[in-house]
Amino acid sequence: MSELDLRTAAASAAPVRRARPSVSEIFAMAFVLFLAVATVVPGLLSSIDPNAIAARDAFQGPSPEHWFGTDESGRDVYSRVIAGTSTSLLIGVSATVIGVTLGLILGVIAGFGGRILDFSVNRTIEVLFAFPGLLLALLVIVIAGPGPVTATIAVGLSTAPGYARIIRGQLAGIRSSGYVESARVLGHGPRRILTRHILPNALAPLMVLATLGIGQAVVWASALSYLGLGAQPPSAEWGAMLSAGRTYIGTAWWLTVFPGLMIVLTTIATTILGRSLTRRTAGRR
Amino acid sequence: MTPGSAGSRPAQRSRGFRGIRWLLVRLGGAIFVLWAVATLTFFAIRLIPGDPAEAVLGGPGSQASQETLDQVRQDYGLDLPLAVQYLNALGRLLTGDLGTSYALKVPVSDLLGAQIGGTLVLAFTALCVAWLIALLLSVWSTGGGRVAAAVGQGIELTSAALPHFWLATVLIAIFSSTLGWLPPVSTATPAGLVLPTLTLAIPLAGFLAQVMRETLLDTLDAPFIVSARARGESERGIRLRHALRHASLPAISLSGWALGYLISGAVVVETIFARPGLGRTLLQAVTLRDVPIVTGVVLLVALVYIIMTVVTDAASRLADPRLRNAEAQP
Repeated sequence: MSELDLRTAAASAAPVRRARPSVSEIFAMAFVLFLAVATVVPGLLSSIDPNAIAARDAFQGPSPEHWFGTDESGRDVYSRVIAGTSTSLLIGVSATVIGVTLGLILGVIAGFGGRILDFSVNRTIEVLFAFPGLLLALLVIVIAGPGPVTATIAVGLSTAPGYARIIRGQLAGIRSSGYVESARVLGHGPRRILTRHILPNALAPLMVLATLGIGQAVVWASALSYLGLGAQPPSAEWGAMLSAGRTYIGTAWWLTVFPGLMIVLTTIATTILGRSLTRRTAGRR
Repeated sequence: MTPGSAGSRPAQRSRGFRGIRWLLVRLGGAIFVLWAVATLTFFAIRLIPGDPAEAVLGGPGSQASQETLDQVRQDYGLDLPLAVQYLNALGRLLTGDLGTSYALKVPVSDLLGAQIGGTLVLAFTALCVAWLIALLLSVWSTGGGRVAAAVGQGIELTSAALPHFWLATVLIAIFSSTLGWLPPVSTATPAGLVLPTLTLAIPLAGFLAQVMRETLLDTLDAPFIVSARARGESERGIRLRHALRHASLPAISLSGWALGYLISGAVVVETIFARPGLGRTLLQAVTLRDVPIVTGVVLLVALVYIIMTVVTDAASRLADPRLRNAEAQP
């Protein structure tokens, strides 16, 4: 173990420009921190009640009192965006967890279940790929009815085949690696090899994959809310806010621009973090 | 990695045969996937709680009499055993019959036949525009030094992160509400196609440009580029004639996925721009729980997607001889 560390350290010793985060990484981490605060203690970022109705103040543009303006009932858009963070992220993260877990199950079955199971899982993935994008999610919603919980499950299910394909590939790579080979030669049982050698090594890429996927899941879930199939408008979820603000797009652009900006920034931040994690865990470039 | 010298002569002779065999195997796989999609959809739909006959009559609130329910069951074949219903549905599919809409009471195939054109026009226009943007962006960002590379990567990342529904509203706010240049509703005129196309094309261009930039950078170090440089070809000539052609290969094979992505995006875009098409029909049917239309659209999109993947695979095979030779080795 230590010898290996030394060797890889020696190999990469030439350009020692280690772990100095780039500007984009600093931005991504700062934004994720902001999201975390908005989720856990929203009161720290905004003192205005997100549901306080003030009909006199309806449709005010961005100003020092209302940073992101006010909506049709005079509610403060900034504090609603902050209040909606927890719902939007909860849906996005849960959907990703569902997708990655299903993908992991399918991937492990394919990677370790013998040729027949591998073949059938592969065909299953291929079939699920024929429901591109939101199509599988829409099918799930037709069956189970609209709502935030169904939307979460629907997004999780429709991302699962993509994860399964990547995980299967990674497991295959690990399985044919030198250290698994030597563990087998040493006489370790298949279960021990799976739990002690393969899964720990598959875990880091899996975390990266999940980080990259959260942005996508947030986008899809808010798309469903936007279409009226996920979280419903009185809720401060970002997609639902966008959907409610769509009616006033000609007169009050701030109702749609700011919640959408949060979705875009979340996606960019998770992508940047996922990529830098990829680079750091893979140890190349 | 076995040396293929012994088998290379017969392999050479049967190249045409190998191509046909590849195509047959690929088509067989496509038919299997289509059958599985149809089967999966058929049985998934049975998981919907409630009586389908009631759904035809407008849901449990309709207070339909027993006779009308029985009549509907008979009309839609819902009184038959499940296995018979399944075989009937498959048999009808073979003749292109997708059943009858619950809400609109018209054949689904007629309905979708009228809608698919608009969606395909939108999706293909968006695909071409996305390709164009991705090409320009990746050539520019790999050829202009570090600043161009950083800016290019930023543009790729941002545009790939733009959700369709947000981009559409922002484009409407800028080009329709503020500037008044383009209609906010997609009319049949070319001007009405601009905003929906841009909405679909910009995020896709971000994805494609990322892939193309990476392969382009890898390719620029390849031996055949070095030898082209050694022959004295201009840097621009190398970039355009050799590297770019090479770098577009992975993006070509992504086009099948991209078309599926675009059709899925059309659900949102057609709804926002009030543009007739498969996506809008699908969303309306999902909201009304009009099961035959939903299954019809799903099957149709799966068919388009599967055809597209076979076509792009064949195109990659034609464009890249290494793919053909790879399978000659055992």
